[in-house]
Amino acid sequence: MNNTEKLKAQAISEIDSASDLSQLDLIRVDYLGKKGQLTQQLKQLGKLPAEERPQAGQIINVAKAAVQNAIDARKALLEDERLENLIDKGRLDVTLPGRGNHRAGLHPITLTLQRIESLFQKIGFDVVEGPEVEDDYHNFGALNIPEHHPARAMHDTFYFPDGRLLRTHTSSVQIRIMQNDEPPFRFIAPGRVYRCDSDMTHTPMFHQVEGLIVDESVTFADLKGMLVDFLEIFFEKELQIRFRPSYFPFTEPSAEVDIMGERGWLEVLGCGMVHPNVLRNVGVDPEKYTGLAFGMGVERLAMLYYGVDDLRMFFDNDIRFLKQFH
Amino acid sequence: MKFSEKWLREFVNPDVDTETLMHQLTMAGLEVDGVESACPEFNGLVAAEVKSVSKHPDADKLQICEVDCGDKELLTIVCGAANVKQGMRTVLAKVGASLPGVNELKAVSLKGVTSSGMLCSAKEIGLTDDHDGIMDLSANESVGMQLTEVIESNDKIIEISLTPNRGDCLSITGIAREVAVFNQIDFSVPEVKISDVKSSTIRNVKLSAVKACPKYLGRVIENVDTAVKTPLWLSEKLRRSGIRSINIVVDITNFVMLEIGQPMHAFDNDVLQGDIEVRLPKTGEKIKLLDESEIELKSGTLVITDDTGPIAMAGVMGGFESAVSTRTQNIFLESAFFTPVIISGEARQYGLHTDSSHRFERGVDTELQSKAIERATELVIETCGGQTGPIVEALSDDDLPQNTEVILRKSQIKRILGIELDEKFVTDTFTNLGMQCNYKEKQWITIAPSHRFDINIEVDLIEELARIYSYDAIPVSAPNNNLKMRMPNESQEAIKHIREVLVNHDYHEVITYSFVDPELNKLLNHNDNNLLLANPIAPELSEMRTSLLPGLISTLQYNIKRQQERIRIFETGLVFNNRDDLKQEPHVAGLLYGNVNEKQWDIDNTLCDFYDLKCDVETIISSLIGASEIEMKPNTSNILHPGQAVDVYVKGKNAGCFGRLHPKTCADLDLPDNIYLFEFTIKNILKWEKTRYKPISKYPSVKRDISIVIDEKILLDDVLKCARNDGSELLTNLELFDVYQGEGIEKGKKSLALGLTFQATSSTLKDEEVEAIMEKVMDGLNNNFGAKLRE
Repeated sequence: MNNTEKLKAQAISEIDSASDLSQLDLIRVDYLGKKGQLTQQLKQLGKLPAEERPQAGQIINVAKAAVQNAIDARKALLEDERLENLIDKGRLDVTLPGRGNHRAGLHPITLTLQRIESLFQKIGFDVVEGPEVEDDYHNFGALNIPEHHPARAMHDTFYFPDGRLLRTHTSSVQIRIMQNDEPPFRFIAPGRVYRCDSDMTHTPMFHQVEGLIVDESVTFADLKGMLVDFLEIFFEKELQIRFRPSYFPFTEPSAEVDIMGERGWLEVLGCGMVHPNVLRNVGVDPEKYTGLAFGMGVERLAMLYYGVDDLRMFFDNDIRFLKQFH
Repeated sequence: MKFSEKWLREFVNPDVDTETLMHQLTMAGLEVDGVESACPEFNGLVAAEVKSVSKHPDADKLQICEVDCGDKELLTIVCGAANVKQGMRTVLAKVGASLPGVNELKAVSLKGVTSSGMLCSAKEIGLTDDHDGIMDLSANESVGMQLTEVIESNDKIIEISLTPNRGDCLSITGIAREVAVFNQIDFSVPEVKISDVKSSTIRNVKLSAVKACPKYLGRVIENVDTAVKTPLWLSEKLRRSGIRSINIVVDITNFVMLEIGQPMHAFDNDVLQGDIEVRLPKTGEKIKLLDESEIELKSGTLVITDDTGPIAMAGVMGGFESAVSTRTQNIFLESAFFTPVIISGEARQYGLHTDSSHRFERGVDTELQSKAIERATELVIETCGGQTGPIVEALSDDDLPQNTEVILRKSQIKRILGIELDEKFVTDTFTNLGMQCNYKEKQWITIAPSHRFDINIEVDLIEELARIYSYDAIPVSAPNNNLKMRMPNESQEAIKHIREVLVNHDYHEVITYSFVDPELNKLLNHNDNNLLLANPIAPELSEMRTSLLPGLISTLQYNIKRQQERIRIFETGLVFNNRDDLKQEPHVAGLLYGNVNEKQWDIDNTLCDFYDLKCDVETIISSLIGASEIEMKPNTSNILHPGQAVDVYVKGKNAGCFGRLHPKTCADLDLPDNIYLFEFTIKNILKWEKTRYKPISKYPSVKRDISIVIDEKILLDDVLKCARNDGSELLTNLELFDVYQGEGIEKGKKSLALGLTFQATSSTLKDEEVEAIMEKVMDGLNNNFGAKLRE
């Protein structure tokens, strides 16, 4: 039986020096395979006297088991080494930038508009649009601003030779929508507006969102409540807000809304109850319906929201500026 | 409007500080724009009397004055002002005084004579720019009195910005009235002393345009000393109201306007001839105005005339010839009512804006005219002397605007404001505002006072209530929902979608002006349907864009100038096409310039070309429109490179184009020549049809790859069309996976590698079937294009 021990020792020594899985498999076949050396020994047990067979068989089986264990252990070790090796080879500088191009961004004015639109859409406002080249009636007359009204002087209107003009506010859209539909109305009209003015704090084109509800029971208190909610949600914080009496020919009572900023009150909105003349001009009975209306300058809100301190940046379209917004 | 806080407090003096007062004004709708000190800081300035004046022995222009400043001894002051004279009262800066630019005044020796102080001009004190001489105080200012007291320098100038409906607040009286209501206290205005009539000289007045001018009061005052210097108290009030002192008579009319709100005018009576007539101008009539401008009068412009013609543009500005100067002896005072709608816009159409037109446009109290003329008379007589003539009043009572009854129903307060107001509060508010008010059967029947032009309908009264109640005190609520679902707007949805696609493809959104440079537009648009502004802000912003490309090109130029090397931008917005009817339609356009990828460590830097652009364009369109509805044809506009330009048709309609900017245009604009552009009309790339699901075959597909050699001029599109046609409906996919020219391929030819996938929906295709189709495809390619299989 010395032979068995010798074989075992020889096998284990070979196993321990096996350098890969295929070599290890060859060793397994050589000792434990059908024609393997240890298997052969078992087959030769029959040649031994019957009383010696059990003991000899046991010795061989123990040796076989030992060899199998050694193979398993070596296999596990080699597998670990292989994986480790693979991982080592696959080590990258994960801080290198990802390959390909990134998403660009929308213009901050569009982002602000989308934000305003989504907030009002949540409470049932439609988003409506209208022409930018307007006639006098829709921009002024229907809004209770007759010719020579001093309020026209505040508008610095761009005109075309034929008397048409570039809308000075998106309030003109109110008129078009209300002329063509029946109350109740609940919509906002975002878009470009134009005033003949250009300096540090004015650009000849800017954006407004005008909003309107005409229904059987809307009040100034509703207007206040809705705008306070809007401003606090838009700016994501509690604000000190004041409603200050003002004048617009198309609303009465009219108010301007100020919020407290770092350097005092800042005007952010104009609003009021729709003037009965405006309702009559579009065929809505002011005895049956009341209306609330508001208008805001989008650039002003965007400047406050993003901390942009120069209005003109919005229209320079410097790529380095645009890249900051997503 | 600017005013002095102290002046206001002479009329109404609530027990509140400046800060609170300003808050009250703002919350009354009289928005405070700013506040500043009325006077610069100074100290050690006193009223002093010049006792004697003698010439300086060694200097021609200097004089030596002995000055009494209330101290025991007279001070010796050297003075260079031409107007210094014995007996005058003026301002002395004593040694140690501080004034603008001087910390501590020292005694100095001037050519051997020591001056123990300085006599001051208004400019030296920092009040006005007047440096014509030392200040001339009246005898009323007692010697030794601190200047701070003399002019009440501890005052604030408050500036308010008034909305056009509140013309009644364009005077101290008007502001005082509002402050009184908010503080629930009384206010008082100076009582006007009616001057005794001492002469019978009159000038008759005739109203020939009674709708425009229903009331005109005139008065002659004779032997007026117009050379008198305006008293300091008066000029200071004007100064703090932002009005320059001109001469005593003009200053008095301005003062009355500021004090009570009635704009006035004074004429040199000796220049006038015959009667005054208020009328519309005759054709071709001209007037030379105070500011020396010559104006040809338009037909609607109301004028004041005498026998010689127009002498003033009514309510706007007086004439040059009849203006009062310091040599005028007899004056004619005007105090009139001009109807707002007549004056509105008048001044502006001549490019004029005056304190007078500003007030008449907004409405002047119809009951002020006689009070104003008496007040002005009183001040003229007091300061300049003279004999007062009788007032001549021309009046057309029926044409004078009258406030009529306005009724407020109680229920309307809640309906508009959302709150109930106490009946007593309502009645008191109306009464405090000076209205006649009678409450019965849940209605207030009111008549507004003559200074309120803005109260004509029920909601005007509701606004007044809300204002006085305070907007801040009105509680908040939420509007009731009356929700109704609506179809989304297709165009808005498409624009939103396209923006997302482009942003995800690394295009930055830009917003450019809708008016562009006509020169640039001409290079990028070959049409003459342009719309030009009548009053552009600049010539290069004068044409409404007919395409979005000029804005993108300008943005590119701006960024290239700032060393940006890779620009990918797009814009959406309206373009304006003035053919027949003006069309205002939304477009989307993009621009591609520079490297395909941002500079990276692992990707070669290759420049964008036509095919990069095409992929982006295809992504946008195919995300909206089915491939079978899109057709691309060469574009021949010559705005784009003739060999790299495509027109896109959707269902046969031109939807836009894309390609490389024409090399000539690039050269003209001094731009590099690798600029790629696209532009589409949104309405032509809207989603046409909803997606319909097609079943996926469960049978295996068969793939065949072929390489064919054809003439290099043959377009891929034609090859694919031919193959698709012969491939039958079993050809489910056809792809190009290589284009090759070079070694092994004859010159003038190219090799195309095509992958064909066949699949049937009802059975597994047999090899023979596929071979038969492939043969047909090859035959077709061979017959049409002479295609050979590549060896």
